[in-house]
Amino acid sequence: MPSSDNQEPLYAAREPVFPRRVSGIFRNLKWWIMFATLGVYYLTPWIRWDRGENLPDQAVLVDLAGRRFFFFWIEIWPHEFYFIAGLLIMAGLGLFLFTSALGRVWCGYACPQTVWTDLFILVERWIEGDRNARVRLWKAKWNFRKWRLRITKWLVWVLIGLATGGAWVFYFTDAPALLADLLTFNAHPVAYTTIAFLTLTTVLFGGFAREQICIYMCPWPRIQAAMMDQDTLTVAYRSWRGEPRGKHRKAAGADKLGDCIDCNACVNVCPMGIDIREGQQLECITCALCIDACDDVMDKIGKPRGLIDYMALTDETAEISGNEPKKVWKHILRPRTILYTALWSLVGFGLVFALFIRPEIDMSVAPVRNPVFVTMSDGAIRNAYDVRLLNKHGDDRVFEMSVGSDTQLAIKLEGSEDGKSVLVPADDTLLQRVYVIAPPESAAAKAKITDVRFWVRDTVNDERTFTNSVFHGSGR
Amino acid sequence: MTKKPEKKEVETTGHSWDGIEELNNPLPRWWVWTFYATIAWGIVYMIAYPAWPLINGATRGVLGFSTRAEVAADIQAVTDANAAIESKLAAADLTTVSADTELQSYAVNAGGAVFRTNCSQCHGSGAAGAKGYPNLLDDDWLWGGDIEAIAYTIRHGVRNDTDDAHFSEMSAFGEFMEEAEITQVVNHVLSLTGQDHDAGLAAAGAVVFEENCASCHMEDGSGDRDQGAPNLTDAIWLYGGDAETITATVTNGRFGVMPAWGPRLSDAQVNAVAAYVHQLGGGE
Repeated sequence: MPSSDNQEPLYAAREPVFPRRVSGIFRNLKWWIMFATLGVYYLTPWIRWDRGENLPDQAVLVDLAGRRFFFFWIEIWPHEFYFIAGLLIMAGLGLFLFTSALGRVWCGYACPQTVWTDLFILVERWIEGDRNARVRLWKAKWNFRKWRLRITKWLVWVLIGLATGGAWVFYFTDAPALLADLLTFNAHPVAYTTIAFLTLTTVLFGGFAREQICIYMCPWPRIQAAMMDQDTLTVAYRSWRGEPRGKHRKAAGADKLGDCIDCNACVNVCPMGIDIREGQQLECITCALCIDACDDVMDKIGKPRGLIDYMALTDETAEISGNEPKKVWKHILRPRTILYTALWSLVGFGLVFALFIRPEIDMSVAPVRNPVFVTMSDGAIRNAYDVRLLNKHGDDRVFEMSVGSDTQLAIKLEGSEDGKSVLVPADDTLLQRVYVIAPPESAAAKAKITDVRFWVRDTVNDERTFTNSVFHGSGR
Repeated sequence: MTKKPEKKEVETTGHSWDGIEELNNPLPRWWVWTFYATIAWGIVYMIAYPAWPLINGATRGVLGFSTRAEVAADIQAVTDANAAIESKLAAADLTTVSADTELQSYAVNAGGAVFRTNCSQCHGSGAAGAKGYPNLLDDDWLWGGDIEAIAYTIRHGVRNDTDDAHFSEMSAFGEFMEEAEITQVVNHVLSLTGQDHDAGLAAAGAVVFEENCASCHMEDGSGDRDQGAPNLTDAIWLYGGDAETITATVTNGRFGVMPAWGPRLSDAQVNAVAAYVHQLGGGE
């Protein structure tokens, strides 16, 4: 039993993290990735794309009400959701690939939580100063200056949050029209609610929760931990080179010290508030800022770079026993990553192929089974089918239907003047009742089941497609 | 910069299974506050919405929310929205309904719903009928297959006790015909559709048919829609076209009844279901 005089508290307050500014290769890479990802996110809804007068001219648009997804020249209908499923599979395989090769590289560089937190810390630094100033401000009493700086910071955060939530809603409807509506308070309440909610979560997650999201809420770190192996490159500390650490380079016994001067630069820059020298740990998102910080210090004290470095477990064991570590490309190119790449490409090629062969017109045929056939007064057997005709063109098209020509079967479209053609509206589907009639005593009328093939032809461009179905005879 | 304090050993709960001990890490503070917030939310919800079960019903909640009232409001909203087209349909000339795409679409959908509720018990959910209950999908109609005739049949029914109902009677000929005569007339009827029959009996049956049956079924057996007399020369049989069933029909008669739906359905509903039946594949 736990001793009652030494009780742990029931809860622990978040220990604030004040990441110091750092510069270096990885910091620059992160700036560029932030620039690119935020740019894509904020600007994409404003790209225009001309699709003709009946269709929206927004390049990327998720039209939930119209059940369409527009992506530049591609238009996805609900029944083509497999494209989205395919992209999700590719995203999953991509995560496997990157995680097995480079560990939590997604978390460290591209995850929205990381990117927005980075942006929020940037704002924080502009307004309140670098690490030491922020620590002082945090400890300071709530005087005018502290209120002024805090309120300025929160205001900028809220503005960023507003822009984040604002950009999100633009993906779902025409952006310029919605912006005008939003500014004149004419937009739908759903738009305002969504923006308000996303503003709240953005400020909360990027400004206050930060690393807590990764540590406590996000499931990916656990999943990713299961996908890393001894060849995965992660951020690690060369303890055999650094230890024993010590500050006093010129004091007695300094020659017995390792390269680590215990300057805490790696700890101070860490956005997760951890000490990488304690080894790989759950919190580390491998953002590599500690590498930049340490390299900087190593340059200053004239030691080789790489005390903290991208390294795999096999390198560690090799280096400790005095062997050459593997080359970087050998970590990245190995059967596991090649297999993931192959699978990823396979799905990708499949999707591109499917995209190119999918027709502009389509139909699905559902035989009516209640009843399966009807006997006509002259003894003919009639089957009914519910045919959904699909026209992806931006204009109305007349479709002409027929059944396979090698049978005696006749086709008749309910409500059609000539019995075979029907007008299908632009960018829409039409449910059409279709009858197929087998003459009395014909083979199809007497057989139990006959295969039939429905053809549909676009009378404008002569495009044709078919669907197979069955004809039920009386079986007598 | 002061060095971070050494991480202290985490306390355990004292539980141990096979040497594995359970750590007693404290919860993050935000987590605890979120937990308290859900409790507060729960209390507010219980006050605002129906929550506690009582013997009859439940506490009402101060917001007065009720799913039943929501459904009633939804139904009322749909009824209001359809009011205009309903009155248009009730007053419509049935022969022109199909030309008005919107009206036709509304009539067919509304009629389908009325049909499934009121008609499918006899005529089947697919309108294919059953023995004694006409199939509404084919091109054979006892009392007429144009939309006006269909609407009349729906409104007034067949052989019921309302004044305007269709009426006719297939007598039980067993009461005043010899058994031999029945056999002869059955063979004649079988011959009309080219089924297996005795030519001699059929020839004699033709005479019996002309004397007893032709007044309704016509001399050639093609039937008469004014009397609801079935066409005996086509491939469609309401009760069955084999010798045994025809014999039973002639001997015992038939008296199929359909209720009058005019008193039960609104004019718009009658018109809707007529439009629905008319477009099932056999409408004239």
